[in-house]
Amino acid sequence: MAQMTMIQAITDALRVELKNDENVLVFGEDVGQNGGVFRATEGLQEEFGEDRVFDTPLAESGIIGLANGLVLQGFRPVPEIQFFGFVYEAMDAISGQAARMRFRSGNTKSAPMTIRSPFGGGVHTPELHADSLEGLVAQQPGLKVVIPSTPYDAKGLLISSIRDNDPVIFLEHMKLYRSFREEVPEGEYTIELGKADIKREGKDISLIAYGAMVHSALKAAEELEKEGISAEVIDLRTVSPIDVDTIVESVKKTNRAVVIQEAQRQAGIAANVVAEIQERAILHLEAPVYRVAAPDTVYPFSEAEEVWLPNYKDIVEKAKAAINF
Amino acid sequence: MNNMLEKIENQFEMFQILNEEGKVINEDAMPDLSDDDLKELMTRMVYTRILDQRSIALNRQGRLGFYAPTAGQEASMLGSHYAMEKEDFLLPAYRDIPQLIWHGLPLYQAFLFSRGHFHGNQMPEGVNALSPQIIIGAQITQAAGVALGLKRRGEKAVAFTYTGDGGSSQGDFYEGINFAGAYQAPAIFVVQNNQYAISVPVEKQTAARTIAQKAVAAGIPGVQVDGMDVLAVYKVTKDARERAVNGEGPTLIETITFRYGPHTMAGDDPTRYRTKDTENEWERKDPLVRFRKYLESKGLWSEEEENKVIEKAKEDVKAAIKKADETPKQKVTDLISIMYEELPSNLEEQMEEYKVKESK
Repeated sequence: MAQMTMIQAITDALRVELKNDENVLVFGEDVGQNGGVFRATEGLQEEFGEDRVFDTPLAESGIIGLANGLVLQGFRPVPEIQFFGFVYEAMDAISGQAARMRFRSGNTKSAPMTIRSPFGGGVHTPELHADSLEGLVAQQPGLKVVIPSTPYDAKGLLISSIRDNDPVIFLEHMKLYRSFREEVPEGEYTIELGKADIKREGKDISLIAYGAMVHSALKAAEELEKEGISAEVIDLRTVSPIDVDTIVESVKKTNRAVVIQEAQRQAGIAANVVAEIQERAILHLEAPVYRVAAPDTVYPFSEAEEVWLPNYKDIVEKAKAAINF
Repeated sequence: MNNMLEKIENQFEMFQILNEEGKVINEDAMPDLSDDDLKELMTRMVYTRILDQRSIALNRQGRLGFYAPTAGQEASMLGSHYAMEKEDFLLPAYRDIPQLIWHGLPLYQAFLFSRGHFHGNQMPEGVNALSPQIIIGAQITQAAGVALGLKRRGEKAVAFTYTGDGGSSQGDFYEGINFAGAYQAPAIFVVQNNQYAISVPVEKQTAARTIAQKAVAAGIPGVQVDGMDVLAVYKVTKDARERAVNGEGPTLIETITFRYGPHTMAGDDPTRYRTKDTENEWERKDPLVRFRKYLESKGLWSEEEENKVIEKAKEDVKAAIKKADETPKQKVTDLISIMYEELPSNLEEQMEEYKVKESK
């Protein structure tokens, strides 16, 4: 066991998989000698060589297109998109191509790639760096979308993602990269994709979150505890497919729920969670399922992040509204 | 400034071996092909012309679906493909069905692709190809990736891909040739310049006088070839392949060609955007007429031989369409089962629902 930040856990997972499988290739803009703009790939080129970890020209569509070709020669690419706001450049290569590789070839080919990309607010990045666009890729059949919130989850989920024989989008919240350390086991371990994790047990209300919002939900749960409200915090960990069983089971116990996302209300995946709950557990609900989400504007100018991004106070407020409904 | 443009354009003069009368005008460049090779090339071109005629007829009868005519492009398609080996990986665009068939896709599966059946896309074991790409340009970046993969594996093989003149305006076109150049990957990019992207003439795609010169932006060799001259197309492709497998990187080939038919059979009417004169001019350049004259002058081709090929093509089409008809219909459970290696929870649930529906 070692104390690791999330970024260290990610590097560790990449190292484990580069060592474990010679078909794993790590590439993207500045991921080679430079070790990545966030140091996620630091030391990997030195250790595994330029044939395994390499830089690309500055062109996102080309990067994922390259990955789409490499899978056809039996490689297991782990390309990086420097910031997920740049995904628009690569939408065809991801949703139009990689996601459909197995289907369109009638199961004779597959695209076992893991696209890593940072996103998320709270660190005053310039335009189109922090946008939460997981909702876009979550709508594409053929993809899986994974968003870890802790170093432990990040490592186990990344190893699982890389080993998955279908394409996975692995989104890394920038604010969580170095915000805290956690015990992370040495060597390899996996966490099943598509499985949520109960980060805090509770009996009065279910707070369903992912990404940085998991930590806001945990903080909100502490505040609610002071007022005698016991909140259960569910970390989705995979936002496509969502773990409907864990969610529904929790809601059947607490009879109330709030779904929390950093994305705008019209974006993200919260509406999908709400729909699943109402289809499967409506007779267990004592209140409407509320959502905590950002306003439906373009992602804010950096000085306005604080007033715009959802925070634990918003969660406390919505939770109380559900309790007092 | 104009002087500079002229200097660049002069580097991309059209390469030709046979003229319109089937006379060799570039003896030094003659590719090393046996008499059997020459006859095989003619056989494939005639067969493909018949395949096109039959496909159009079958489409009109409603027995085929999506179909992009190929007549006129036989030399461009089959001359380039003939320079390839079995181990080379083909990334075709939607019009490039003939190359796919000669690379090993059974005809009935090509018909199933046209109709919209997943079995049409299931490449048989050992056929190194993707099914036809509908997103114009996507095949170009993918080809760069396949080529890099072949290079990393140490294979003596190439990735080869096709697009049209319109496709050379796409971002993915530039990205693909640029990536392949940066990695010196063994890729061959063929732009089949058939003069029109649906109704838009090539002059409206770009002010560049040739598409071959776009290779300059990637720092790779580019060559413009008479796409109605099967020997010239074969020769430049063969040379490009040799450079690629020797580790000398990719090549961009522009074939100057023409489609006699509409863009696709989905309602395009070429009389709206091109004149009869233009069509007549290109019909004089017909790759079959030219190559037939050449072979006849060498005593390698006869009407009898040609008729045999035509009969064979017609029989094959008949048998293939029958086999396509006999293919079991698709079910939703089939479509679900080819989505992932292991079904996620939502699809597992939907699989059960549709199993019940389909059993009723």
